[in-house]
Amino acid sequence: MTALPPFQTVLDEHANAVMAILHGAVGRDGAEDCFQETFLSALRAYPKLEDDRNLRGWLLTIAHRKAIDHHRARGRAPVPVAEPAELAAPDGFPEPDAGLWAAVGALPPKQRAAVALRYGSDLPHSKIAAALGCSPEAARRSLHEGLKRLRKELA
Amino acid sequence: MSTATVQAIEGLKARAAEESLLDVAYATTDSPFGPLLLAQTRRGLVRVGLPNQDSDELLTDLAKRVSPRVLEAPGELDEARRELDLYFEGRIDSFDLPLDWRLSGGFRQRVLRAINRIPYGQTRSYTEMARKAGNERAVRAAGTACGSNPIPLVVPCHRVLRTGGALGGYGGGLPMKEALLQLEGVLDESPAS
Repeated sequence: MTALPPFQTVLDEHANAVMAILHGAVGRDGAEDCFQETFLSALRAYPKLEDDRNLRGWLLTIAHRKAIDHHRARGRAPVPVAEPAELAAPDGFPEPDAGLWAAVGALPPKQRAAVALRYGSDLPHSKIAAALGCSPEAARRSLHEGLKRLRKELA
Repeated sequence: MSTATVQAIEGLKARAAEESLLDVAYATTDSPFGPLLLAQTRRGLVRVGLPNQDSDELLTDLAKRVSPRVLEAPGELDEARRELDLYFEGRIDSFDLPLDWRLSGGFRQRVLRAINRIPYGQTRSYTEMARKAGNERAVRAAGTACGSNPIPLVVPCHRVLRTGGALGGYGGGLPMKEALLQLEGVLDESPAS
């Protein structure tokens, strides 16, 4: 078994992807807390991790669960952001379009996660399926539905 | 990295420390010889990396031998950094830092603990260190223990010389050993050679 890299390396390499996906999944306000919950869970489990070949997939799976917890705790579906313009573009991280992210944030949870995992983290369908705990076919469908809806919203 | 992410990471590290998930905290600090890497566990200072040593390698080694929960957390090392600054300024002659000896075992650890008792501004021979550690004939092993000191500077292996006063070796390079002994007033300021 190869030794696990120092956790700082994991954080440096994947912090942006986790933040991007949480931004899409829970919006800006919830993202910081979900981000910390994600990495705390990861840090707790890290020494016992047996396979470090797909750390990003592992982290995004945790992030997805934290996003679901976040929505459950609030007891309702996310509300579309009324003023997408107030989404400031953070330094150094490409923010494609605030309006687009707001629209992604307003999608139903599965579609939102599928879109964020595909375009925020560049994951293939099989990995998205693993992250969402569904079949690749269902992941593909969620992505397709999500994109269809986005096109309509943003047209 | 966005400011929001940087801020989230700050908070994450504070929470990790609170929840005792920060097994190895590290930071870099400046010294007259170049940047030092300092690493600490909940027991105390566990590793000091000298300027000529590779930080990535050192952190990978800590991940393997102590715990992979290794995070950069400068705030955790404020006291160590403060004392090292004062030491380099010649304002303190001993460190008051808890130490974690776990990276050295057996005879090596006994040698290093003996070294840790050599007072500021004094030197000892490798032979004396071998004797203090319980085996006078193991001079070579005592030399190896010095060379593998995981906590140089704080555990002052630079105060160990060859019998007769020759400098011997130093992990940070002989010029550094010489400069430290000058700082402590053991060696005269020698003209640059």
